[in-house]
Amino acid sequence: MKKVLPLALAALASSSIYAADLSISITNLTRGTHFTPLLIAAHPAEMKLFTVGEAASTAVQEMAEGGAIGSLVTELSAANADLVENPAAGLLAPGITTMTTLTTADENTHLSVVAMVLPTNDAFLGLNGIAIPTEPGTYMYNVNAYDSGTEANDELRGSGAAGMPGFPFPGPVETNAGMNGSGVNATVEGFIHIHRNVLGDTDVTGGASDIDSTIHRWLNPVARVIVTVN
Amino acid sequence: MKKLLITSLCLFGLAACDRNSDNFQPAAEIVPAPAPVMQEYQIEITNLTLAQPLSPIALITHDDRYRAFSIGDVASTGLEVLAEGGSNVDFLAEVDLEAGVFSTMSAAGPTFPGNTEVLNLSIEGDDVAGMMLSIVSMLINTNDAITAVQSLSIENLQPGEMMSVMSISYDSGTEANTEALGTIPGPVDGGEGFNVLRDDLEDQIRGHSGVVTVDDGMPNSILGEMHRWDNPVARITITRTL
Repeated sequence: MKKVLPLALAALASSSIYAADLSISITNLTRGTHFTPLLIAAHPAEMKLFTVGEAASTAVQEMAEGGAIGSLVTELSAANADLVENPAAGLLAPGITTMTTLTTADENTHLSVVAMVLPTNDAFLGLNGIAIPTEPGTYMYNVNAYDSGTEANDELRGSGAAGMPGFPFPGPVETNAGMNGSGVNATVEGFIHIHRNVLGDTDVTGGASDIDSTIHRWLNPVARVIVTVN
Repeated sequence: MKKLLITSLCLFGLAACDRNSDNFQPAAEIVPAPAPVMQEYQIEITNLTLAQPLSPIALITHDDRYRAFSIGDVASTGLEVLAEGGSNVDFLAEVDLEAGVFSTMSAAGPTFPGNTEVLNLSIEGDDVAGMMLSIVSMLINTNDAITAVQSLSIENLQPGEMMSVMSISYDSGTEANTEALGTIPGPVDGGEGFNVLRDDLEDQIRGHSGVVTVDDGMPNSILGEMHRWDNPVARITITRTL
């Protein structure tokens, strides 16, 4: 939007190396989904958490299927990334904004943000390695939901463990998810893609899906990240 | 606009000369006031949806003291009236009282799918430092969906330049998305617009999740698959013409 010019400038300057002092706000734009604990990472340009069209890493699979960011933290820490883990201290509810700060080392010129979207089998929001602007100012990024491609979208209550079917249902998700669905006919996709949204149904005690079509669907973008370069 | 203004001054000048010529008064005494410095913008709003007419576009010029709404806000009553029924009268009356607002404007009528509404904005003076635009409109074949552009800075737009942005859809959070007969003011239903009751999931402005429709498993929905949409909902092009 008005950030077109600064973004272009940032792209030109992205080969330069600058430490940055950032304020970051993340808003859950969706009407009825929760985000699991967010992971914010400033990392070198050559690092990428995921690539559309390719299979997800085990660390991304764990985040996308159950919200577990431990393996991603381990991998990013080994690469000397600057991290903020779980800034919202738990789930980020719809309509809610969480704010944090991040000081980046010189070589960590790129920014990624991920978290699982609940209730889904393996949807996650992904800001995937944008170049951190070097010009002081405020920059807005619209963030889309991806399907990790690691779990069939049966849309049933189940497990958050990697490789196990179904979605976990912590407190507020339990409240408005359905139950006793027969399961959506689905198979593992095998690669990361823009999520085509959940189907859901309007039967909270049966039907095919335990997801509610009137509450849990979304339109991209699902999140808005505002980065202020101080 | 400027040209029109100059032309009318000239006509006045000639008329004055004619009348005064009988009195042998020199025309040089008639000194018109300098034409005010104007800035002109043409704002085009294109409805990108298949079957969601947009209610009359509300356009606001302002600085950073004003913001139409933020995600998570409780909608004002004016915004609720706009989001549920499509009338921007109450909303703009509220906006006119807000600090940092310079001007408000409404399109004459709805903008139908595929159509482009053109609004012309004139700003007197040469100082547009901090000038921003906001736009709000309802997707009228819904319970309470709106599209909006928030605080778009136009201060760096030079004469002859244009910029373009896309807008997404929001749920005002003021009315349950029943999609039911009698609850949707648009042509698909001709149902109720504004109702003071607030009965959505939460009384909060959020991103819109779209409509489910009768064709996708919501038996009581009066909407069909053609009433669905995806983001973006509208394209807004701003051209500074002067």
